[in-house]
Amino acid sequence: MRKKKMNDEDYPTTGHEWDGIREYDKPMPRWWLWTFYLTIVFSVGYVIAYPAIPLLKGATPGLLEYSSRGEVRENIELVNGQNAAIEAKLLATPLAEISADPELSRFATAGGGAVFRTYCAQCHGAGAQGFKGYPNLQDDDWLWGGNIESIALTVRHGIRHDADEDTRYSEMPKFGEILESEEIANLAQYVSLISGQEYDKAAAAQGKISFGDNCSSCHGDAGLGDVEQGAPNLADALWLYGGDVETVTESITNSRFGVMPAWQGRITEAQIKQVTFYVHQLGGGE
Amino acid sequence: MTTQTEQPPRLFEGREPVFPQRVSGWYRRLKWWLMIFTLGIYYITPWIRWDRGPNLPDQAVLVDMANARFFFFWIEIWPHELYFVAGLLIMAGLGLFLFTAALGRVWCGYACPQTVWTDLFILVERWVEGDRNERIRLLRADISFRKTRLRLTKWTLWLIIAIATGGAWVFYFADAPTLFHDLITGNAAFVAYGTIAVLTATTFIFGGFLREQVCTYMCPWPRIQAAMMDEDSLTVSYRDWRGEPRGKLGKAEGDCIDCMACVNVCPQGIDIRDGQQVECITCALCIDACDTMMEKIGKPRGLIDYCALSDEPLERAGNPPKSIWNHVLRLRNFIYFGLWASIGVAMVVALFIRSDFSATIKPDRNPRFVKLSDGSVRNAYDLKIRNQSGQERVFHISIKTEEPLRLDLQGTDELNVVVPADEILHQRVYIVAKPEHNSSQIDSSDVRFWVEDRSTGDRAHTDSFFAGDAK
Repeated sequence: MRKKKMNDEDYPTTGHEWDGIREYDKPMPRWWLWTFYLTIVFSVGYVIAYPAIPLLKGATPGLLEYSSRGEVRENIELVNGQNAAIEAKLLATPLAEISADPELSRFATAGGGAVFRTYCAQCHGAGAQGFKGYPNLQDDDWLWGGNIESIALTVRHGIRHDADEDTRYSEMPKFGEILESEEIANLAQYVSLISGQEYDKAAAAQGKISFGDNCSSCHGDAGLGDVEQGAPNLADALWLYGGDVETVTESITNSRFGVMPAWQGRITEAQIKQVTFYVHQLGGGE
Repeated sequence: MTTQTEQPPRLFEGREPVFPQRVSGWYRRLKWWLMIFTLGIYYITPWIRWDRGPNLPDQAVLVDMANARFFFFWIEIWPHELYFVAGLLIMAGLGLFLFTAALGRVWCGYACPQTVWTDLFILVERWVEGDRNERIRLLRADISFRKTRLRLTKWTLWLIIAIATGGAWVFYFADAPTLFHDLITGNAAFVAYGTIAVLTATTFIFGGFLREQVCTYMCPWPRIQAAMMDEDSLTVSYRDWRGEPRGKLGKAEGDCIDCMACVNVCPQGIDIRDGQQVECITCALCIDACDTMMEKIGKPRGLIDYCALSDEPLERAGNPPKSIWNHVLRLRNFIYFGLWASIGVAMVVALFIRSDFSATIKPDRNPRFVKLSDGSVRNAYDLKIRNQSGQERVFHISIKTEEPLRLDLQGTDELNVVVPADEILHQRVYIVAKPEHNSSQIDSSDVRFWVEDRSTGDRAHTDSFFAGDAK
């Protein structure tokens, strides 16, 4: 059955020669050629089945109408379906009891982290570390309360968000329009005193009187603040805008108040619970 | 084109059919046993059970992709221990170096799946269609009922083997009895059916039709091996100084009677008497064929034999060749063996001294620290505890620092955590430095986290740092 083998000398060469070594022009094995034809057939099938030929807008859709975006959408729906049971459980569980269930905690933390990075990180920072004027959510200093219910309330209704009826509201007067600049300077010295910084004794004594008249109704007699009114604690080491005399003077003169949007209606109830739980477990939650 | 040919050049070269003849002898027997051994390992391994307790799978060898675990009898490998797998691959590579340097293409001839399955397919072919001459006649015969029946029988048997081959593969990746039941009832995952389909097709085509072409055209190994062999490597060779000039029995001067037995049994379709060639997988069947013939005509065996190239001048001069051990036990092989063995020993030692739990720590980078209302500085960390045992365990967490800093765990007032069997626990932990502590003001100070198994007292540690508010 063996065919007479062709001798190597009988084969044509490509005509290339390097140091006496010539390159044969031998035919391909047949299976190789078939594989090559097969890829051509495959490519035709592919062009028919899948998006392939670019048009001015988009490309030919292909019979299977495949799109990678559609695939992502399907995957998201798949995951949402897989999470449906635990999400229902999350909705049925009171906020304070989530932490007792490790599986629910993991779900809330992971989901809340995603919500936070999507909607909250723009102001509060990716690590919730805050910026000047935007509170740090990892520390133990809370303007409007740091227990899980208070955080939920803030997320739901925002702060000073006019469009929401239940938003919490307070406004510090611009004392530059009420007090003399000397009085404001004295107040700033008194704030330095209660927050444990360097201060002028005489001015601070004057400031103390002024503080009782103008500030203590919101910030308290000792300057410890009031979470009911969103009045910051002036006696601790943390400052939202800065605790040096210059910044405090500016704060008293022109007043400060930040605005946070309400998230109820913009994100789902489950997302509100998740992000609340996430923020609460960052280390500052009470 | 400098050379003119009379016909236009062909676009392809058709395969020359190969019809290996039945042969018996020492190497054939060795190959049967090796086939039973290797195929046995392949098909049976996933069905071996190994009790690991209630929390772990009871399959002796299991690559659990979904849970990222690899089980091998008493060994369980986690993803962070992948260096064991890397070590095994390096050992496999060095092992091939060693075997190739010592015994030539012994892997190709005896153990390569392509060789073993092709051998099995040829066995089926011979069983259905008869030996070499009958198969040649069948190929030449016109299409008939008998030819169709024989072909269909052969292909059906091949297909059954191919399906079993593809089927066995997927059992390594899931609980075999469960998967088998799912496969039969049509409930298995698509990827399982897809894998079986692909492996069935490749087995059927590679073993049934492509055969020696896989070795000659597709496999890079023959080329690589050529670089690893030297004149002391043992390869299947024809002693042409003894055989030539060949001729018909009684008329020849050399021992070779040109009976073509060595060519007829060759699964690669080559003539070993042409010398070493890239197609030869050193399956040694031509040795058996030639020895049988030599015995029949009363000549000494070994006209075709395992020889080393360096012996050729010696033998041409009429001296006996050096002993096999003389070739095998040489410096190069000792170096390969030394490297191979030292990696093996190192891995075994590593396997025995590894702990069945470990901890890693990752400090929060954003923010690096948080200032608290009393002026303290707090750092947050993600502590990861891996419990690699089959039991739930309680771990006590503590820190070692220069100053007495406070350790807190998120969500609990205790310093103990429970890690379920065969799981990783992520625990957020905090370290707080008071304002009076030096650590709260310097950029970085060292922290060592200790994790202690409450029941056994075994400890593991992981190092990190504490970031202060350096201003």
